[in-house]
Amino acid sequence: MDELTPIPDHGLSWLEASGDHADIVLSTRVRVARNIQGYAFGPRARVNDREAVLKRFRDSAARTDGLRDGSLLELSELDSRFRHVLLERRLLTRELLGEGDGGPARGAAVLLSGRDPLSVLVNEEDHLRIQSLVSGLRLSEAWSFVDRLDEELGQELPFAYHHEFGYLTSCPTNVGTGLRASVFMHLPGLVLTKEIGRVLQGLGQVGLTFRGLYGEGSEVVGNFFQVSNQTTLGQTEEDLVDHLDKVVRQVIEYESKARQVLLRDARAVTEDKIWRAYGLLRYARSLSFEELMNLLSGVRLGASLKLLPGLRVYTLNKIMIFTQPAHLEQAAGRDLPPAENDVHRASYVRSVLASEGDVPPKGVGGDEFPERA
Amino acid sequence: MVCDNCGSGDAVVHLTQIVNNEMSTYHLCEKCAAAKGLETSPESVNIPLTDFLAQMGQTSSGEEGDPEVTCDFCGLTFADFRETGRLGCPHCYATFETQLRGLLRRIHGATQHVGKVYLPPDPSANEMEKRLEGLRRKLQRAVDAEDFERAAELRDKIRDLEPAR
Repeated sequence: MDELTPIPDHGLSWLEASGDHADIVLSTRVRVARNIQGYAFGPRARVNDREAVLKRFRDSAARTDGLRDGSLLELSELDSRFRHVLLERRLLTRELLGEGDGGPARGAAVLLSGRDPLSVLVNEEDHLRIQSLVSGLRLSEAWSFVDRLDEELGQELPFAYHHEFGYLTSCPTNVGTGLRASVFMHLPGLVLTKEIGRVLQGLGQVGLTFRGLYGEGSEVVGNFFQVSNQTTLGQTEEDLVDHLDKVVRQVIEYESKARQVLLRDARAVTEDKIWRAYGLLRYARSLSFEELMNLLSGVRLGASLKLLPGLRVYTLNKIMIFTQPAHLEQAAGRDLPPAENDVHRASYVRSVLASEGDVPPKGVGGDEFPERA
Repeated sequence: MVCDNCGSGDAVVHLTQIVNNEMSTYHLCEKCAAAKGLETSPESVNIPLTDFLAQMGQTSSGEEGDPEVTCDFCGLTFADFRETGRLGCPHCYATFETQLRGLLRRIHGATQHVGKVYLPPDPSANEMEKRLEGLRRKLQRAVDAEDFERAAELRDKIRDLEPAR
């Protein structure tokens, strides 16, 4: 994994399960889209535009406190598997990878800060996407990181800005603040109690939207939802962030209530589902990623409800990231056909659970295990 | 995973539907998905931008926009924009300003940016005042939130920008 050495914390600090409500909220991301005056936006930029954007950004980053010690990775210089590892760590986007367009475009790059949980995507749909990805629910903190870096970079680079429309972006759905804040939530209680539809509908009514695991257009897997603001113009950044924070806290409350209902009205079934999921993860010999995500959802619920004592949320976050296809291939040091991938996945999960997630069965040394009331 | 419909194909399309407040998920193979008229891209809950753009073509009141209007800087035509939903460069916002105003109102419910005021390298007095206003608002927020480190930082920034009195 030599290639990961230059990346501070290997881009994984968002997994650490710190921050508010880390059992329900995996991570918080805030990003702003910025473009540099004088160049066409990403989709219309020519090769020399892209190269000029990257060069100007690189020069500015060298004079910027938060970025000076960071690692700038040009995607065309990385091998494909490593690019996918970065994607699976949620440090890149599919768009920047240029999937389906024959690989990353010239000048496509990512800079990972050496100091803060900050990164900048260069030459994506917009010239710069300044973003912060942190563990748990920490919206205002993530926004402060982004805000400060944006201030610094804005003094170095002339950003495209309009007196009426604000920061100009390639897509009109991002114009104004250019801000997208999103919170990655695990909501099995609402799904199992069939309340999720109402909650998701409600999100739409208050100007928020939701997506699946990998952002725009991706499906909902394992009861994980990314909730984010829909509009970017006509409100201040702080209001957008505060509004999302308030609504997310409300959703957390609904989720907690739904979990209490499950324990009250369907305790035996819920416990059974959780232990079955744990048993499969602990002993299965082949797991598809989708099956894994669904089982992890059950086990995560169990850990959160303290039904699986000793199992840490961090362990589950780690399993979720390291069992993705490129991570398994990276660990194996070679390409893995899907069937082999599933075997490697199950083997990784078994070894992690054996070393840091062994749960004593009920009644055996499980004093801390809550007995049925 | 096998297809929920035929029970034999490998499920590659995973459709999550919300009907009458109930969410259900179907796993379908490519054939069955195609038979149901689904493409192999997941359903999006967002109203696609192209819908807005299509509506835009139908509205009257000068928003319609001549498809031939072309941005001087990047060469994007209004027809291109309608097709892709992406503008070509910062100048496009000036070129298509009238049409965009209507579109932005529909997407965001507003056209006036009220967030951070960007201060270009050589700001006018007016820009400077707007910027200071924004910073003072942030300072108040930081004080309210008892984030004194941030407040001190903002106070220094305001002091640097304020014209010498």
